[in-house]
Amino acid sequence: MAVSADLAAAEATKVRRAAGRISHPVILGAATLTGLLSLLPLGFVVYIATTSGWGTIADLVFRPKVGGLLVNTLTLMALVLPLSAVLAVALAWLVERTDLPFAQLWSWLVIAPLALPAFVHSYAWNAFMPRFHGLGAAVLVSILAYLPFLYLPVAAQLRRLDPALEETAQSMGKRPAVVFFLVVLPQLRLAIMGGALLIGLHLLAEYGLFVLTRFDTFATAIVDQFQSAYSGPSANLLGGVLVLLCLGLLGLETGLRGTERYARVGAGAARRRGRLSLGKWRLLALLLPLIFAALSLAVPVLTLARWLWSGGAVIWRFDFIMPALGQTAMLALAGAILTTLAAVPMAWLSVRAPGRVQKILEASHSYVGALPGVIIALALVTITVQVALPLYQTVATLIFAYVLMFLPRALVGLRTSIAQAPVELERAAASLGRPPIAAIWQTTVRLAAPGAMASAALVALGITTELTGTLMLAPNGTRTLAMRFWSYTSELDFASAAPYALLMIVLSIPLVIMLHMQSDRVEQA
Amino acid sequence: MTDRLPLVIGALLALGFSNPISAQEGPIVVYNAQHETLAQEWATAFTEETGIPVIIRQGSDLEVANQILQEGANSPADVFLTENSPGMALVDKAGLFEPLPQDILDQVPAQFRPADGNWTGIAARSTVFAYNTDRLSEGDLPKTMAELAEPKWQGRWAASPSGADFQAIVAAYLVLEGDEATLKWLEGMQENAVIVRGNRAALAAANNGEVDGALIYHYYWFGDQAGTKESSGNTKLHYFGNQDPGAFVSISGGGVLKSSQHKDEALAFLRFVTGKGQDVLRDGTSFEYAVGVDHEANAALPPLAGLDAPEIDPTQLDTVKAAELMTEAGLL
Repeated sequence: MAVSADLAAAEATKVRRAAGRISHPVILGAATLTGLLSLLPLGFVVYIATTSGWGTIADLVFRPKVGGLLVNTLTLMALVLPLSAVLAVALAWLVERTDLPFAQLWSWLVIAPLALPAFVHSYAWNAFMPRFHGLGAAVLVSILAYLPFLYLPVAAQLRRLDPALEETAQSMGKRPAVVFFLVVLPQLRLAIMGGALLIGLHLLAEYGLFVLTRFDTFATAIVDQFQSAYSGPSANLLGGVLVLLCLGLLGLETGLRGTERYARVGAGAARRRGRLSLGKWRLLALLLPLIFAALSLAVPVLTLARWLWSGGAVIWRFDFIMPALGQTAMLALAGAILTTLAAVPMAWLSVRAPGRVQKILEASHSYVGALPGVIIALALVTITVQVALPLYQTVATLIFAYVLMFLPRALVGLRTSIAQAPVELERAAASLGRPPIAAIWQTTVRLAAPGAMASAALVALGITTELTGTLMLAPNGTRTLAMRFWSYTSELDFASAAPYALLMIVLSIPLVIMLHMQSDRVEQA
Repeated sequence: MTDRLPLVIGALLALGFSNPISAQEGPIVVYNAQHETLAQEWATAFTEETGIPVIIRQGSDLEVANQILQEGANSPADVFLTENSPGMALVDKAGLFEPLPQDILDQVPAQFRPADGNWTGIAARSTVFAYNTDRLSEGDLPKTMAELAEPKWQGRWAASPSGADFQAIVAAYLVLEGDEATLKWLEGMQENAVIVRGNRAALAAANNGEVDGALIYHYYWFGDQAGTKESSGNTKLHYFGNQDPGAFVSISGGGVLKSSQHKDEALAFLRFVTGKGQDVLRDGTSFEYAVGVDHEANAALPPLAGLDAPEIDPTQLDTVKAAELMTEAGLL
């Protein structure tokens, strides 16, 4: 059956070449503009590097400390990404394809950790087990905090697989396990790659999580340098090394993603598939989601509850809390909408017009996701102070920074949902006389709209908990939930910090519900 | 779901726009690197007394100092407050501070402010060695901070070199002992110290027996003792004294920016902080030392005058050099 999938892919490529593509200069232009704007932080890093000279670069980059950081960062990736992928596939398969008890409940609980900011996870673990730190802690907390990034696309893909493929394989005498590895797993590739890339980018950029687990990465070293010497060459040069790491990651993902076709055209929807009976393994299998939920939800929720309880009524300073809630919600909403819109042209090009130009453009969209907020914010502070002062410390600049930081999040969701929209519909609309952009808008973009909502929700989740960029770029007087949380925790006043963590979670819950619903509706599509 | 989305978006928008971010165009902007709670108490009391609103922008010492340098004459800041002196010295060196009038300077004794009078002390904190009483007896304590770089202390003490607090201590060492000795000490530290982020983490490591002691500032210990004691219950404080670098008292500073459009209000704020505002330090939970003339410290603290700290003009504290040496030693 894999053969026929390959045939379909080859045929699709032929069709693309033969029929030519819908012309897309406007889309290409829009994607190029976003790509160029995304290059601003890189340009800044390169500018600092060239002005500081080779001697400084050699002194600051080629030293034992940086070697140690490199080993740490690569070890972290090498452990977290495969472990997360295996765990996400196992959980998604149990929840979606077997008669696991309470499957519906688990499908919610497994993605619920998304509502908890990564640094809340690590604060909770720090309070729960004060002596648990280093690589082990960093790996565990990273998996707990970021697994939903992989679980969501994998579960959605598992649900939409056409059962006919597996049934055919089975009818040819393949055992279920063989069917899984030969037929199911290859079809999960796009979902696994997309999710893993997103987690990888977050691992490169994350600061708060690793501070508390006492694990040094490039991001923590950059913040150290920034706090000691601000925009000196040292912070920016480490940022440059991080960009290189990110390009490596992107190359790996592109290489592994492949060019198969994943849409199906035809009458009706794919049938729903029956669930595999786990038999005597049913209760044992229950342990996996149970342990994951206990570690990823019970630990932080109980810690937070303890803080809230010990704080009593005095920690509910509504004169501080309400403005922080309002400002956070507004920034998240505006940032999410703009980021998603900015990502649409690139997502369309990636699916419909892959090629060298598209690859370069896509890399320029994605690499920013691996930069810590500090590097992006430093570039924007310097640029606005020196050449665009009226934009300095404005909401506009802050939102622009959010767009850059969270483009990769928007891209992953959009790309998958555009890939599911059959290109034939666009062509049909165009052949019926619609102008190209209208043809795309009325077919693919509409079909991908639920995916776009999910992308926006992912971005909004990120903005709700973003700290470093907001601190540096926000207008004077801005106080988001994350800023208040950080401020109180740095004074060790965990009780006063707790309401802000709770509200970040409350704000995130509707977003997680949106993500879950979008993932649910995929099966009806 | 799509039917309900407009509702969700509408609700979010209503929330957001009921608190427009740009509505707080206020008279004075304080770039604050002190603890936010302390600065907020000062700001609230000041606004109550004068009616002048205060907007606080939060950051850490050197980060904010460098930001002010970058903003230069266009800085939106009116006042700058820090936890330690090096950040103040950096801005002062760039000539961005307004010289303070004598009446403000006179509110703080000369040893707690720079000789040039461009900024002033607003609070103080002392370096201490918090030690685990199960693991160290008084006889085992280091006599000097320099001892901590000796091989026998390997793996036995914790510190947070990435913070401005610790870098102020390094800058003091630099003033007292010179470049070469400082680098040597830092290299010893890189060998010996368990590196954590934040003074609390260092204190907690000493408390739970992971290390014997931690080089921190005093007020973290007093704050924890006044609260749950969960990070300090098994520890005591050792003051180095003898004008050792380890007895360094770091001065938190306040200054008014030359570029300020609201200088009178900004100066009034600094006058308040170094005057009546010092009572907040006596009565509050910050446990930092008050430095105002005739203002008492929190009753829980040993008298500042008895700590036998080395005498250092805060303008000499060179944080750029300190960060360079720390990078060279592999601590940053």
